[in-house]
Amino acid sequence: MIKLTIDGKQLEVFEDTSILKAAEKAGIWIPTMCHCDYIEPYGVCRLCSVEVVKGKRSRIVTACNYPVREGLTVRTNSERVKWIRKIIMELMLSRWPNVPAVKEMAEQLGISKPRFESKEKDEAEDACILCGMCVNVCNDLVGKGVLGFSKMGIEREVVLPYNERSEECIACGACAYVCPTKHIKVKSLEYERGAIQDWSLASKTAIYVPTMQAVPRVPTIDEASCINKQTGGCKACQTYCEPGAINYDMKDEEIEVEVGQILITTGYQLMDLTKMPQFGYGRLDNVYSSLDFEHMLNSTGPTNGTIQCKDGSVPRAVGIIHCIGSRDENYHKYCSRVCCMYALKFAHLIKDRTTAEVYQFYIDMRAFGKGYEEFYKRLLDEGVNMIRGKVGEVTECRVDGEKPFLKVACEDTLIGKFREIPLDMVILCPAIESNADSSDLKKIFSISQSPDKFFLERHPKLDPMSTMTDGIFIAGCAQGPKDIPDSVAQASGAAAKILSLISVGEVAVDPIKAEIVEERCSGCRICNNLCPYGAISYIDEKKISFINDMLCKGCGTCVAACPSSVITGKGFTDAQIMAEIEGLLAI
Amino acid sequence: METQIKSKENFNPRIVAFLCNWCTYTGADLAGVARMKSSPSVRVIRTMCSGRVDPTFVLKAFKMGADGVMIGGCHIGDCHYSEGNFKTLRRVEFLKIMLKDFGIDPKRLRLEWISASEGDKYAHVTNEFEKELRELGPLVLQE
Amino acid sequence: MSKPKLALYWASSCGGCEIAVVDLEAKILDVAGFFEIVLWPCVMDFKYKDIEALPDGDITLCLFNGAIRTSENEHLAKMLRAKSKVMVAFGSCAGDGAIPSLANFYDKDSIYEYVFKTCPSLEESSRGVYPETKTTMPEGEIEIPVFWETVKTLDQVIDVDYYIPGCPPQTFQIAAAVEAVIDILQNGKPLPPKGTVLGAGDKTCCDDCTRVKSEKKIKKFYRPQDIITDPEQCLLEQGIVCMGPATRNGCEALCMKANMGCRGCYGPPEGVLDQGAKMVSALSSVIDAQNPEDAKKIIDTIADPLGTFYRFSMASSILRRVQKKNNK
Repeated sequence: MIKLTIDGKQLEVFEDTSILKAAEKAGIWIPTMCHCDYIEPYGVCRLCSVEVVKGKRSRIVTACNYPVREGLTVRTNSERVKWIRKIIMELMLSRWPNVPAVKEMAEQLGISKPRFESKEKDEAEDACILCGMCVNVCNDLVGKGVLGFSKMGIEREVVLPYNERSEECIACGACAYVCPTKHIKVKSLEYERGAIQDWSLASKTAIYVPTMQAVPRVPTIDEASCINKQTGGCKACQTYCEPGAINYDMKDEEIEVEVGQILITTGYQLMDLTKMPQFGYGRLDNVYSSLDFEHMLNSTGPTNGTIQCKDGSVPRAVGIIHCIGSRDENYHKYCSRVCCMYALKFAHLIKDRTTAEVYQFYIDMRAFGKGYEEFYKRLLDEGVNMIRGKVGEVTECRVDGEKPFLKVACEDTLIGKFREIPLDMVILCPAIESNADSSDLKKIFSISQSPDKFFLERHPKLDPMSTMTDGIFIAGCAQGPKDIPDSVAQASGAAAKILSLISVGEVAVDPIKAEIVEERCSGCRICNNLCPYGAISYIDEKKISFINDMLCKGCGTCVAACPSSVITGKGFTDAQIMAEIEGLLAI
Repeated sequence: METQIKSKENFNPRIVAFLCNWCTYTGADLAGVARMKSSPSVRVIRTMCSGRVDPTFVLKAFKMGADGVMIGGCHIGDCHYSEGNFKTLRRVEFLKIMLKDFGIDPKRLRLEWISASEGDKYAHVTNEFEKELRELGPLVLQE
Repeated sequence: MSKPKLALYWASSCGGCEIAVVDLEAKILDVAGFFEIVLWPCVMDFKYKDIEALPDGDITLCLFNGAIRTSENEHLAKMLRAKSKVMVAFGSCAGDGAIPSLANFYDKDSIYEYVFKTCPSLEESSRGVYPETKTTMPEGEIEIPVFWETVKTLDQVIDVDYYIPGCPPQTFQIAAAVEAVIDILQNGKPLPPKGTVLGAGDKTCCDDCTRVKSEKKIKKFYRPQDIITDPEQCLLEQGIVCMGPATRNGCEALCMKANMGCRGCYGPPEGVLDQGAKMVSALSSVIDAQNPEDAKKIIDTIADPLGTFYRFSMASSILRRVQKKNNK
């Protein structure tokens, strides 16, 4: 530990601490323009200049990169320091008079107008102030070294090699993040979208908490955008995580768990709205999906729960379009069941939080659940405009001198007219779809899918949570679109079914099995490669085939194939089926 | 055998349908639950898998007086037993060649993949088959 | 006490069964010594009227070979049934129809057409002259047997007690069967249950076949002249249509020993109703195709599947015959 004095305050710090850090510890502010915690001190802005006294001699050093020494006395506020800082700040302000960061700093140092006139004056608000943070962060932290300085003195500037887009650049955005003047901008490479969509559909950082409601609520690292995963550098999150919870070496792993029963509750996905370009999602500003809008409504969301257009204004009229891809011959014939009610909820909240007019464009209002019809009635009383009819398209209209608005073209079947309604915001209610990978899942569990791709229940009325495969149960939207109460009910039912089997402790196995009459098998081996479960084996010593009871699932394919009829299918013997045929055709 | 004498007029085809337990049988059940109109000529025999259907059964059904035989299984790739229906597919293909040689119109044997959810397909297929058999007329086998 | 009576009769057959009996060689003397032979048209001259004169059930054992093709065949079958205590369908023709029942691929008209009209070897003078069942001659009306539309097996016209399959039944099997019968009759042992197949096994030819069998996946079928087969490996695996898996054993895999696929002469094994259908089921289980087109391609490489699979069992099969062209 090293003892030193800063502005008369005695303090003790670790070796190799810079004066800047030591002052910070003592609660003394030293102005900086080129310093940030992620990178090595650079000492280029000179604003952190302080006076160091050792014995009778004193000198000016930069606090950021001057390490503390035993017995050092530092003055951060002496006249000499003030004088130097003033000159430095005036020089900066004269060159970059409109950069907010520079202006703020000047104000803090009590400078309103510089005494000098700079020949290289740059009046841009986002001018580069040559702090070098971008160069250093790319070099030190990211480990890529894409950015560099070129030329000297007043011609000095930050450049890419040969001023061309570098292939080395991983587009991590670290340079833009540290840039104090926003001189460096990162353009989204995927698509340019309204701000709200960006907040909801892309994470801001490579390490993020998926949603505020995530369980468990822990951050996750997006490997594709994590700098460490690409260059081995950065490790910023690890450096700042005090409990040391971040481990870059963690890998996805497969864990085998032996279970007796499985409940599949894999849920659903929303239909990709870009499949229906007529509604302008992803193309027009202020066209949101219901999930985007839900995100906007969230009090911990990007707008803190206020309803606003992309430009921050409060919408004057909002349209909610039902059945996007549902009840549609071209996409999904089924009803997604939840949209009507959440659309009504949206209308209610919009009415509650804004003065906007709300329009519902619906085919049929399906308020089927307990208390739902009452809610619908309440909404009607609240003055929500209900238009029964399908929407043809959403277009953007511009009138000179006014901000653009959206126009919804629709048919109003109740008055039998075609209507065009101007709106500031449109919310689309996309269809609930079975997950894209549900077919893979189906194969894994050997269960079936309905034509709508949702998992098929054993019986639509009497056994809606079991599947054709024993021990595999389904619940929630994996079985079909449904709302929360229905999902809870179905899942509870499935859980009860599972528990009832567990409490019995044993399961009854179907007695339907194939069996080989050993004495009569001639070992032709026709049946040997028929069994998908590998239940049929060939006994070399006896020269006969053999069926393992436990592996046999009783399909009977080998029974039909056996050319000498020595395989019997219990429950479905040749004699039984022949008798059935005779019986069926007796009359 | 008197009951088997069939005339073209007033002809109600007799269809024996071998339906797999997991897909078509359930599909037929669904057609019923959904009150769809499916052919009343169909006489169903349930097997665990369409792969259980021995060509012997089909010949026997024709011999016993069936005018048509339908085999219903899961869609290819969807078999409850992974690949039982592939064997059915080959057997039916083979059997159709044999039926043709036997002088029986192979159209009288029909293989359909109907999943448990396709009640409408079951209704449609059975109705269509019945109609087709009406056009073909009764199958009267020579002794 | 008089000797038990033995009758041997041939209906629609080639005579091979008779030769197989004659092949008993020295053993035939035992037969002749034990039984009194009352009918054996192939070997000795007997008159039908002598048989007609016998009281019912007088003949102890009747070995009946040949399929039922004409009214005469049926008449004799019925008569011998009445006169015999034990009726044995001897050989594949009597049991399953065998080669004569290949006529069931055609009908009477088309057979007559060919045999009496279009057959190239006919003498021009007799071309187009069809046989008449009844012909009036100066001496009076004469009759020839009626030629039937469909060939039948013996048990389709009369009640049959036992079966001795084979085309012809193997001599050693006949010897064993005869010895067993003599043993039963001499020592007053109970007869085997009705319908028992004698002189054959209850497995299939594969059991007798010594070729190495492995899991099968057939990509193409060959006729025997098309390829040189591996003498050690299962013929079916090599693409030769071998009826072995669906044929009763008893011949000791004769054909396979001679590098030929089993022709199926011992008929379907125990429990199999239709030899051809079983063959269809078995073969389509092992052909290597995942779609109807590929399957059809492979099946098409089998020359005449119907004739091949039903070569020896057309009359006893479920459908018994091919339908006339105009019959849908």
